[in-house]
Amino acid sequence: MLRRLLPLAALLALVGCAPADDDTPTPPAATGLTSCSKDQLTTKTAGKLTIGTDDPAYGPWFKDNKPENGEGFESAVAYAVADRLGYAQADVTWVRVPFNTAVAPGPKAFDFDINQFSITDERKKAVDFSGPYYLVRQTVIALKSSKIAGAASVSALQSAKLGAQVGTTSYKAITDLVKPSGQPQVYNTNDDAKKALQNGQIDGLVVDLPTAFYMTAAELEDAVIVGQLPQVGVPEQFGLVLDKGSSLTGCVTQAVDQLRSSGELTRLEQQWLAQVAGARELT
Amino acid sequence: MSLSSAQLDRLAYRRRQTLLSVLVAAASTLVLGVLLVVAVTGAPGWDRVRESFLDPTVARESLPDVLRGLWLNIRLLFFCALGALALGLVVALLRTLRGPVFFPVRMLATGYTYTFRGLPLIIVLYVMTLGLPGLRLQGMPSTLVLGGIALVITYSGYLAEVFRAGIESVHPSQLAAARSLGLTYRQTMRFVVLPQAVRRVAPPLLNDTVALQKDVGLVSLAGPIDAVRAAQIHTAETFNYTPYIVAGVLFVLLAAPLIAVTDWVTLRAARRQS
Repeated sequence: MLRRLLPLAALLALVGCAPADDDTPTPPAATGLTSCSKDQLTTKTAGKLTIGTDDPAYGPWFKDNKPENGEGFESAVAYAVADRLGYAQADVTWVRVPFNTAVAPGPKAFDFDINQFSITDERKKAVDFSGPYYLVRQTVIALKSSKIAGAASVSALQSAKLGAQVGTTSYKAITDLVKPSGQPQVYNTNDDAKKALQNGQIDGLVVDLPTAFYMTAAELEDAVIVGQLPQVGVPEQFGLVLDKGSSLTGCVTQAVDQLRSSGELTRLEQQWLAQVAGARELT
Repeated sequence: MSLSSAQLDRLAYRRRQTLLSVLVAAASTLVLGVLLVVAVTGAPGWDRVRESFLDPTVARESLPDVLRGLWLNIRLLFFCALGALALGLVVALLRTLRGPVFFPVRMLATGYTYTFRGLPLIIVLYVMTLGLPGLRLQGMPSTLVLGGIALVITYSGYLAEVFRAGIESVHPSQLAAARSLGLTYRQTMRFVVLPQAVRRVAPPLLNDTVALQKDVGLVSLAGPIDAVRAAQIHTAETFNYTPYIVAGVLFVLLAAPLIAVTDWVTLRAARRQS
């Protein structure tokens, strides 16, 4: 009898353990940088740092689909983090991991992955995130022929007819920041809004910066990014993805936090996101 | 004139009976009401539902925006109802024209009612409000007008069929009589058929207008903010569904007069028929 019950008990124990494992918070990094030095980190390959991203890697996050050239915002951030952890440029190797694979549960081919991953509670169940290295900004896009295409300030947008998707931070940015004289136009999806922009039914469309890059580069032929709006509401945050329960999470988060507090992230943002794509700041 | 004592007794008896039935009705309504309230408020999740659907603070905050959106619904309803009734009547008349020479007109009118009763309103709206402006023609009307046109052509399809049913319900002998009096076809329609037809189908016409009232807000998919959209925006901001209830109550209040008129017209028509 006992022999028959034993496997069952083992199974129960296993099942019982599984969820508990998920709930275990990531152990916080030991204080001080000492434990986060290169020789104390367990990486995929000792002495090397393996960083993942998708293929192709798009601009302005990467340049020419070559993450290893250090150009583009995310490539620059990845090397800055590596540098903080004590890895020289030559110690970094890149692997290509499809976006969805990177956030799926399962073994990881990278030490961390950088690929515009928004930090969400759903994803946190499958992977670890570093602290945020980028707060998504709201951006106005317009047709080149639009009267607001050359607007340089938020106040220049007040007489414009602006549109956004319903229930988004973009909509909040219109009502709370721009406060236009007319009522904003609200759409079910960004696709509907894009159509209205193309038709000239609205002067400008507010979307987040990554969407703005994509829309103006790949989807809309005659559209330009008018500029980035000041920060509003609770922004979407991009974080580095690590394996669930990775021993590196604490150290990588610490590195990202230091880059933020030293102003290095802001500098990289201005270097690669504002100027490259012409996404100037609207003040 | 004095009533006999027997008649007075009868009247008193009827009064007692009326009073009794009112009391019974009141009691049974009360019992049902109490049962409903107990069932709903006694449910284990009631507190959570009340918080997310019946929050007075959220309701107060969303009311001005929802009302502003409702004003759009009201304006649209007014113009679209007039437009749909007029166009529906025209289509119905075209469909009832006699004579082989009018075959293409009849066919077109029939095709129209088939198409726009079958085509989902949302598709007509997309084509009109986001598709048509893509042609970039001169003098393209505003999104609101385009949305209104989409509603008018969809609802005139339904209304045309109601009108046609009314026209065809007028007995052929009426037409024959009118023609024998020397009235032309047009005069027969104008003075004999349509007045009877419209009166007969007034209830379903009003009913379709009530339905239109709920659908005018769909214009919001092309950008303008109506009452339901305003509620949606507030819900997205607060994660609380009370604004939808606010909009719902306002819609019922808006529809109540129209529904009451429909009931009254139906009752009057029934009384006259009997």
